Amino acid sequence: MGQTLAQKVYESHVVRRTDGEPDLLYIDLHLVHEVTSPQAFDGLRAAGRTVRRPDLTMTTEDHNVPTLDILSPIADPVSRAQVDALRRNAAEFGLRVAPMGDRDQGIVHVIGPQLGLTQPGMTIVCGDSHTSTHGAFGALAFGIGTSEVEHVLATQTLPQQPAKQMAVTVDGELPAGVSAKDVILAVIAQIGTGGGQGHVIEYRGSAIEALSMEARMTICNMSIEAGARAGLIAPDQTTFDYLQGRPHAPQGEDWDAAVAYWSTLHTDDDAAFDREVHIDAAALTPYVTWGTNPGQGLPIDGVVPDPAQFADEGDQRAAESALAYMGLTAGTPLREIDVDTVFLGSCTNGRIEDLRVAAALLKGRHVDAGTRMLVVPGSVQVKLEAEAEGLDRVFLDAGAEWRGAGCSMCLGMNPDQLKPGERAASTSNRNFQGRQGKGGRTHLVSPAVAAATALTGKLTAPADLDNGIATRPSTRAGA
Amino acid sequence: MDAFTTHTGTAAPLRRTNVDTDQIIPAEYLKRITRTGFEDGLFVAWRTNEPDFVLNQPQYADASVLVAGPDFGTGSSREHAVWALLDGGFRAVISSRFADIFRNNSTKSGLLTVTLPQADVEALWAAVEADPTTAVTVDLRAKQVTYRNTAVPFEVDDYTRWRLLEGLDDVGLTERHLDDVTAFEASRPSWLPKTLPARAG
Ligand code: SF4
Repeated sequence: MGQTLAQKVYESHVVRRTDGEPDLLYIDLHLVHEVTSPQAFDGLRAAGRTVRRPDLTMTTEDHNVPTLDILSPIADPVSRAQVDALRRNAAEFGLRVAPMGDRDQGIVHVIGPQLGLTQPGMTIVCGDSHTSTHGAFGALAFGIGTSEVEHVLATQTLPQQPAKQMAVTVDGELPAGVSAKDVILAVIAQIGTGGGQGHVIEYRGSAIEALSMEARMTICNMSIEAGARAGLIAPDQTTFDYLQGRPHAPQGEDWDAAVAYWSTLHTDDDAAFDREVHIDAAALTPYVTWGTNPGQGLPIDGVVPDPAQFADEGDQRAAESALAYMGLTAGTPLREIDVDTVFLGSCTNGRIEDLRVAAALLKGRHVDAGTRMLVVPGSVQVKLEAEAEGLDRVFLDAGAEWRGAGCSMCLGMNPDQLKPGERAASTSNRNFQGRQGKGGRTHLVSPAVAAATALTGKLTAPADLDNGIATRPSTRAGA
Repeated sequence: MDAFTTHTGTAAPLRRTNVDTDQIIPAEYLKRITRTGFEDGLFVAWRTNEPDFVLNQPQYADASVLVAGPDFGTGSSREHAVWALLDGGFRAVISSRFADIFRNNSTKSGLLTVTLPQADVEALWAAVEADPTTAVTVDLRAKQVTYRNTAVPFEVDDYTRWRLLEGLDDVGLTERHLDDVTAFEASRPSWLPKTLPARAG
């Protein structure tokens, strides 16, 4: 029987296989950030170990970095100590680091692809669950914990068990204003936050093939929100075109050899999946979440659900507590939900195409008077590219804030946080309680919905703007 | 890592689904660079904002077995979630479904994650709610959870069980096979990307 793409990549990295033991898997690229690594480096030091392959390791500062005044030392002493620890560890163990202010600095899952370090057929890990992003290139990429970070630093391998295989097939054409983010929110709403548990998801079908690399990254990024170990997409000409000429992409004869190999990386016709899910692209609309886990999402045309409508008792309780936390009443149309803050950024939607989509909607318009909008590019490169295109001016003229690169309000480890009770429309990936700041309330949205929402102060689909909705005065008290 | 053989203690019924690792320990506690002392962040939002949260109830304050709803440990890969549970006095978590990374992390630090069918979780919830002093034993050697007159078997793969019973750390085990790693490295295509110029020699 044939193999899936994920199985091909996995099998080609097995260093050792013995009955009754996990496989030992070779890791081609280890990405490291400041939050999940300090204890791993301490572990190496305590045992007198070194980093086996500094040349396959890349470190960056992203989670703690401020997005204002980035050339000054970090004001928060605890954040500063963590960033300093990474720099010290990188120096001590001979690792490349992209520090704040560096051209290559940015969110770990934005810089890997941008540098061309992420390539088809590789195994890639990082102490970060959104490592699944890199699967967009046909790599097997997954998040690991700090103990495993230490293991990879020391041995460049990981003990692994083969995962189960799931296919999510999206066929058809996406309607205008519906993006990769809406696709993945719809997938998670359908299969649930545990639906992918134990599986690697391969996204396939004509709608996936039509996506750009950045859109594919958005989809693979949120595989973890469906509980999957990893998500990936078979490499094709779109992938090769994206990679060619990037700093770490192969060149000359190496390029030809690489493309020849990459072209073999697809699921065999006779391969079997353990589970298959089908989505009709043409039937999708913009999706938004109403609750406190990423599976609690609906088309924006919907209303806040009544907890009693859920069949499962656990789901009912979860919906009740989500509505209480979110300050929402069942039956409220999603479009009537007032939003205080719009966050455009993160490893899900902080790339140049995301900024372009939002800027196109904001151009010549102004952000609602009662709403603030934060635009945080995913990396310094994205920031420079946006500025070269004049997108920064569009955002600033519309009344949005234009910030430095980093994770920022995606998780609020830096000063960019929601206040208690504040409500955000966010292009990030997690609407967990308190994720964007203590007591903060998050609705996950696409970049287009984020921009439309910023203009009206309420959850808004981009198509609504053409229907005159943006011109309605905000009903927010005092606005 | 500390070995895990068997553990007996009281249990806290956490009747929630989708307990993500941001709830187990929020990001602000992740700025620390040490590996211990995370108990202050454990479920801190719920402990602070919900007076009747299960761990705020005196009868469950000393629980060392956490019995949670499905999809426990979703979200962020932060191993701090495992450390916070251990630092907070827990030795085992029981749920009908765990997120993969959380469960994997737990096996690296000696927190036992036990997957039981939801019906068994419900029965255990009922038992410890009826009598919070109920002693619950999680026995890795016998692969079963016992309380009062009930014994429920659970599955765990033999290799993980052996590692936990012996308290072995993975790096040491893998180092026995570095020759295999070196041989594999010799077979990798030369065009694969490097982040640095290769080291001399
Ligand atoms: S942007 Fe958010 S999800 Fe992505 S790596 Fe940073 S904190 Fe994690």
